[in-house]
Amino acid sequence: MSDSIFGIHGAALELRSQRMGLLASNIANAGTPGYKARDLDFASALKARMGGAEGDQAAEAATLYRVPVMPSLDGNTVEMATEQTAFAENAVAYSATLSFIRGKVETLTRAMKGD
Amino acid sequence: MPAPMTLFTVAQRAMSAQLVRMNSAASNLANAGSVTGSEGDAYRPMRAVFAQELDQRTGLSTVRVAGVHRTDAAPVKRHDPGNPLADAEGNVFEAPVDQNAEMVEMLESARQYQNMVEALQTAKQLMLETMRIK
Repeated sequence: MSDSIFGIHGAALELRSQRMGLLASNIANAGTPGYKARDLDFASALKARMGGAEGDQAAEAATLYRVPVMPSLDGNTVEMATEQTAFAENAVAYSATLSFIRGKVETLTRAMKGD
Repeated sequence: MPAPMTLFTVAQRAMSAQLVRMNSAASNLANAGSVTGSEGDAYRPMRAVFAQELDQRTGLSTVRVAGVHRTDAAPVKRHDPGNPLADAEGNVFEAPVDQNAEMVEMLESARQYQNMVEALQTAKQLMLETMRIK
């Protein structure tokens, strides 16, 4: 039901939120020796999701390790600049998806009220 | 079974871990220049070691302080017969604290803490916006 109302945006919002968690985990582990940063390939995750995969499975299959620009000596692959940019980009995209959903909700409420 | 991890747990634990790290750097700085009469009693600098903690269910991972270890740097032996703490040969042992390294450690920790706070703020804002859809 909600899938047919919100279309691609429902799935997108869910994946954006999952990606936000992953990026926050990376930022949290900026000082952990040997930690390998992960990120979600959003495009392929969304494709899998629209192809009928469950939310968690689609996200899991599209989660990849980040390739560092310059590997550090302690094996940690978190690079603050990369993570912050990705986090900001993801936050903006989340906001955008949210406004699409809000627009949909407003349309429906207006239709129901009939004014 | 523990509650599933949320973004707030991730940030909170990361911030606590950074605090432990900052506290050990502060202890090291406070003890810089302290002397003792024997090598065994001399202050050894502390370092917090972080470890990853993955929550299988949500895929989120946070930080845990795996331990606070003493470094095995040798205390600096100095001949100072006038010092009341000096041993029979007139030597005192100074804590091997590298103040520059400690300052850098503190700065790095503060930056990472700050980053986490900012990420949390953004995430919280987005969550609030999502809740306000009506």
